Amino acid sequence: MSAPKTLFEKVWERHEVVPETADTPAVLYIDLHLVHEVTSPQAFSLLREKGLKVRRTDRTLATMDHSTPTDPAEIAGRVPIKVKSAAQQIQQLETNCSEFDVELLNLNSAQRGIVHVVGPELGATQPGKTIVCGDSHTATHGAFGALAFGIGTTEVGHVLATQCLLQRRPRTLAITVDGKLAEGVTAKDLILAIIGKIGVAGGTGQVIEYRGTAIESLCMDGRMTVCNMSIEAGARAGMIAPDETTFAYLKGRPKAPQGSDWDKAVAEWRNLRSDPGARYDREVQINGSDLEPMITYGTHPGMVMPIGGRVPDQSNDPVFMKSLAYMGLNPNEQLLGKPIQVAFIGSCTNARLSDLELAAKVMKGKRVAPGVRALVVPGSQQIKREAEQLGLDKIFLEAGAEWRESGCSMCIGMNGDTVASGQYAVSTSNRNFEGRQGAGARTLLASPATAAASAIRGCVTDPRTII
Amino acid sequence: MEPIHSIFSRTVVLPYSDIDTDQIIPARFLTTTTKAGLGQHAFSNWRYNTDGSNKSDFILNQSSAQGCQILVAGNNFGCGSSREHAPWALLDFGFRAVISTEIADIFRSNSLKNGLLPLVIDKENHAWLIANPGAQVEINLETSSLSLPNGKQVKFNIEGFARYCLLNGVDELGFLMNQLDQIKQYEQERA
Ligand code: SF4
Repeated sequence: MSAPKTLFEKVWERHEVVPETADTPAVLYIDLHLVHEVTSPQAFSLLREKGLKVRRTDRTLATMDHSTPTDPAEIAGRVPIKVKSAAQQIQQLETNCSEFDVELLNLNSAQRGIVHVVGPELGATQPGKTIVCGDSHTATHGAFGALAFGIGTTEVGHVLATQCLLQRRPRTLAITVDGKLAEGVTAKDLILAIIGKIGVAGGTGQVIEYRGTAIESLCMDGRMTVCNMSIEAGARAGMIAPDETTFAYLKGRPKAPQGSDWDKAVAEWRNLRSDPGARYDREVQINGSDLEPMITYGTHPGMVMPIGGRVPDQSNDPVFMKSLAYMGLNPNEQLLGKPIQVAFIGSCTNARLSDLELAAKVMKGKRVAPGVRALVVPGSQQIKREAEQLGLDKIFLEAGAEWRESGCSMCIGMNGDTVASGQYAVSTSNRNFEGRQGAGARTLLASPATAAASAIRGCVTDPRTII
Repeated sequence: MEPIHSIFSRTVVLPYSDIDTDQIIPARFLTTTTKAGLGQHAFSNWRYNTDGSNKSDFILNQSSAQGCQILVAGNNFGCGSSREHAPWALLDFGFRAVISTEIADIFRSNSLKNGLLPLVIDKENHAWLIANPGAQVEINLETSSLSLPNGKQVKFNIEGFARYCLLNGVDELGFLMNQLDQIKQYEQERA
C-alpha cells in the first residue's frame, strides 16, 4: 500500500509532467488558465515577440474585471469610460483574445464578472484541477479541491505558450476548524480570525488545507471566501476537499462534465481527500464556536480584532504606530460606533449571491445613514441577474445604496470607483493596504453583514445588534 | 536577460515590515500595457504629495539614495498581489536587489524572472543593515553571499535553478520549450 497522501499531494503528483530534482523545479501541467486585462498584455506581447501561439486555447478563458467600470452607463457605452488608460487596456484584451483565439467574456457578455467568480459559476473550476491566473486571489478556486494559485505576468506567458509552469513543491499546512460558527459569524470572520492567528506571512511557502466541521458546514460561497484570502496569510493556495456540497454546486453548470462524464468525474473526485494518517508540514487548530464578527483596524489583514475589541497598544513599535497614524486611530480605541463614510459590498471575496442575500437581509426596510455612500457590486453579471430575480436590487436601492454592474470596483480602485482620502470604508474586500481603495483611503475589512449594518447606522456596527 | 554575477552598491533602507505590492506600485498605475516607465510610480503614495511634488522627507527623494541599487526592507517584503509591475517598477527605478528577512512567494518568483535579486538573510545581519543605511555592500551570486562593511560574510539562499538562470542569463521559457515532447506525452496520457 502506498503512503497516505494529503489532498495537495494527490493533485500535485497527478500534474507533474517532469518531477522536480535537486537542480530543477517540477514541470507542472496547468488544466485551466484564467486571464484578465491587467496582468496579461505584456504576456501576449511576449508571445508575439517570440512568434508563439497559445498552446491550449481550450484550457484558457479570459474575462475583464479589474479596470472595467461598474457604472451602467459606461458599460453600455453611453458615456466614455472615465479612466482612459483603462479603456485602452480593455481594448487590448479584446485584440489579444481575437488574435490568439482565446475565449473572452467581454464587456457585453452575459457571463462576464470577476475572474474568481465566473470560473466557478461556469463550472470551469473543478476538483483536482490545477488552475492559475495572473492574480493572487486565484486561491479562491481551491474551495473546490483544485490546486489554484496566482502567478506573475512572465508565468502567464509561460502557461500561454506551454500550458506548464516551473514550480518547486510547496510545504503543507493543515488548518482545522472544528465547532460551529455562531449566528452572525460568517466565513469572512472565520478567515480574518485565521489570518489574525497565523499572521500575514504565516503561510509563506505553504499550501493550506482547511478542514474540520466548521469548514464542512460552509456553503460553496463561504468556502470560496475562506480560500480567497489564503494569500492574505502569505499562502499561495488554500484547498478544501470536495464533498456533496461541491458536487451539488457544480452539477449542470455549463462547463462542468455532463451526462455519464459527470458520474465518472464525481467518482474520481470522491478520492480527492487527504488519507487518514497523511502528514502535513504544520498543523493549526481553531475552535469555530469561539469566533465573533471580526474587523481590521490597520493596514494589513493581520491587524484584525473581534468587532467589540479595542485597538491593541503597541506604542513602542514605530511600524505599528505608522499604520495607526495612516488609519487615524489610536491604541486602545474602540471601533464600534466610529463614524464611516463608505460601505463597500463586493469583490471576489464577498460578492456572491449568498453574500448579497446576507447584506439585503440586514438592509431590508431600512435606510443607509445620511452621509454614507453604500455601494453594492455583484461579482458577476449572472449574480446580478439572480439577485434581481430575488428582488435584492430593490432592497438595496430603496435603502439608498447603489446597485452596480459587476467588476472589481472599489476593491482595487483602478476603474473609477474609489474611496476618498481620509474616509473610512467598511469593505467586504480582502485588502486594507494603504491606498488600496484610493490614495489615503482607510479600509476596515469585515463581512457583508457588518458592512451592511454599518451602512445603516452610519458607524461601525456589530451586525448581531441589527439582524 | 543579462547574466548577473555580483552587485556592489550602497543600500537604501525602508525599515517598515510587510511592505505590500500596493505600496511598491499602486493599482492606479496598472492600466499600462507595457513594462516601461514604471519606476517613476514606485512607492508613489509615499514619494509624492497629492499635488505631485516630492515629499522631501521620504528616503527615495533624498540625494543619499541616488544611484543605490540595493533596497533593504523590513520583514516580509512584497506581500499582496501578483502584479509583476512591482519588480518592473523597482528595476526601472534602479534597484537590482531587495534584502529582507522574508519575501513573499509571488513577488520573489516575479523578481527572479526579471533579474531583481530577492535576498532573504538572517535577523541579526538584517538588523545591522537596517541600522546602517547607506552601507556599501557586495552581493556575490556565485557564492550566494553578501559582504558587509563590518567584515561579515552573510549567506543567502536562492533556489538553485533560478540562480543558475540568473548567473547564465538563461530564460526559463526556453527551458520549458525544451520539454515540449514530455508535455505532449503527458497530454496524450492524462490531460
Ligand atoms: S475583486 Fe479585488 S481582489 Fe478580487 S480579483 Fe478583483 S481586484 Fe483582485
